[in-house]
Amino acid sequence: MEKQFNRQSQTKSGRSCGMEGYNFAYLDEQTKRMIRRTILKAVAIPGHQVPFGSREMPLPYGWGTGGMQITASLIGSEDILKVIDQGADDTTNAVSIRRFFSRTAGVLTTTKTIEATIIQTRHRIPETHLTNDQIIVYQVPIPEPLRFIEPRAKEVSRMHALREYGIMFVKLYEDISRHGRIAKAFDYPVLVNDRYVMSPSPIPKFDNPKMDRMPALQLFGAGREKRIYAVPPYTKVKSLDFDDYPFEVERWPQCCALCGSNNSYLDEIILDDKGSKMFVCSDTNHCNERVIKGHKGNQKEPVEEAQNSTMTGARKCA
Amino acid sequence: MYVAVKGGEEAIANAHKLLAEKRRGDRSVPELEISQIKEQLGLSVDRVMTEGSLYDSELAAIAIKQAQGDLVEAIFLLRAYRTTLPRFGFSEPIETATMEIQRRISSSFKDIPGGQVLGPTYDYTHRLIDFALGIPENKNPGTCRGESAAEAIQNDMPRVADLLAAEGLLDNEAADDKNRSVADLTRDPLELPAGRDVRLQNLARGDEGFMLSLAYSLLRGFGSSGHPFLGEIRFGEVAVEFVPEELRFPIEIGEIPVTECIMFNRFMGSADIPPRFIKGYGLTFGHCERKAMAMALVDYALRSRELGEKFEYPAQDEEFVLFHSDNVQASGFVEHLKLPHYVDFQADLVLMRSRQAEFKNDSRDNKGIEDGEAI
Repeated sequence: MEKQFNRQSQTKSGRSCGMEGYNFAYLDEQTKRMIRRTILKAVAIPGHQVPFGSREMPLPYGWGTGGMQITASLIGSEDILKVIDQGADDTTNAVSIRRFFSRTAGVLTTTKTIEATIIQTRHRIPETHLTNDQIIVYQVPIPEPLRFIEPRAKEVSRMHALREYGIMFVKLYEDISRHGRIAKAFDYPVLVNDRYVMSPSPIPKFDNPKMDRMPALQLFGAGREKRIYAVPPYTKVKSLDFDDYPFEVERWPQCCALCGSNNSYLDEIILDDKGSKMFVCSDTNHCNERVIKGHKGNQKEPVEEAQNSTMTGARKCA
Repeated sequence: MYVAVKGGEEAIANAHKLLAEKRRGDRSVPELEISQIKEQLGLSVDRVMTEGSLYDSELAAIAIKQAQGDLVEAIFLLRAYRTTLPRFGFSEPIETATMEIQRRISSSFKDIPGGQVLGPTYDYTHRLIDFALGIPENKNPGTCRGESAAEAIQNDMPRVADLLAAEGLLDNEAADDKNRSVADLTRDPLELPAGRDVRLQNLARGDEGFMLSLAYSLLRGFGSSGHPFLGEIRFGEVAVEFVPEELRFPIEIGEIPVTECIMFNRFMGSADIPPRFIKGYGLTFGHCERKAMAMALVDYALRSRELGEKFEYPAQDEEFVLFHSDNVQASGFVEHLKLPHYVDFQADLVLMRSRQAEFKNDSRDNKGIEDGEAI
């Protein structure tokens, strides 16, 4: 923990290495301090949503402004940043956010999960296990897990305060009685540290078990909704379920066509208009690493040449 | 053979190049100058400054040009710039009673001290396309493009509301809390219940279209208890004063044009408050009458709870109005659906496929049972 938060002091000297006319990593230092204080509070109360003075970012609300503000307030010139969207490093919004931090903070970026010190993500947790010197920053559209059951902010904050989560369990029960299962495939609610019901952000429920006792610090930023929350390292995170209807994750009958992985989250690729399709890993780095190690899927032709070193950019301040 | 999609970075760079080209349009047509936008598209500039919460007509004009005239996008550009600016403090409250009036009307009284001043207005224009405007002035000198009018007509026109308040027929909330600190939504998150300062700031920054529709819904009976009256709408320049810490007395730092609207709403009284008219208040940068009027109507509707009136309609619902008024937030979130969602969609696909398989099995089992729901 200490190690993770010590990095912040480096930003002070970083003024000149970002973009002309803007502070290091875009946000001014007062705003960063306000956000870091919010993060400390969030870490102290795992799973509790802490309001903060979210700023307008130069990217639209709903496109990762909360995650970006957390990253901007934590990143130092020595950090190595990885940004993924849907598990992939090369989706357009991930590219755009990565470029934003290369421009405004001049930091190194990487696509390799193990090389990164900060990973900003939308909708996935990497397949590679994270370590206790990494921070994962989630972009969150709707931080309130009870929002679609009770849209009133005043009501739900009362429920959280009193730990009154009856309506959530009733909702899950109604799902089972109507559909025979809990009809929640992503953004599947979790209970953090036996206290707060929390939205894990719209990750597939496949990723939920990875949150439990994760060694890395998990931070969640919702810019438009002006909330930050956190799961400290090694904290218990339990997906809500019932004894007779235990939590389960998705499984595919197929393996990844590129790397043959049978335990990663798969994307479905539609190949033509006749119904043929294939399945490939959503985590592009995970897939790539496996291909380098010689794993093969059922796609016969060789996959495009996998690269070993993926770090890009040049640190502007040494 | 399938190759994973790559090259997002190049695609984005190319898209931006295309956008720049599109923005410039046909190069045989002269490029727009910022001064042209400022001078000839002034109402666009005013709206962008109001909802962008930044008084800077030059920047607003650049933003409009950069956004190809998309005002919501221009507002976003201005906001994202504004948020990086350092704060020096708060100005003194502006005094609209001493406004250099360019336009001022009241529909509540036939005549008012200082008189009704129509000023520059689209009211009473016939909305017939003026084909003469299709030809630039220098090629068509015969058409009348307006005489040069004296800028300000009069200073120190008393506000109609103050006259009514002196008689005790209108609530007078202004004077008593001059020294209270003012909330700032751009620094602190919105928390409910919100004070009136927060509500007014939110409404002033809010989307004109949203405000207009809410106000319209009130007039159509979705929340309004009686017919509101336009106490006064005025437009003109006011001085902005600031007290520097080292001087400790106010100095004038400039003049800005604002539109101020005060609506009178009939209030039949409660246990504590005698029957009287209650103000709804609207204020914008520049000339934004529609917005100022709509804001004043919604402001009053949002006071329903504190006045002990019934509140059951969207425009009276603080949480509904304040959380959905901001077009930068709204457009960002609605348009985020353009971002890839295939991981979540895949999760839903897996769920729906298994549900559908079960459904088919169930309906096979239940063949012959009429309207029997599978248990």
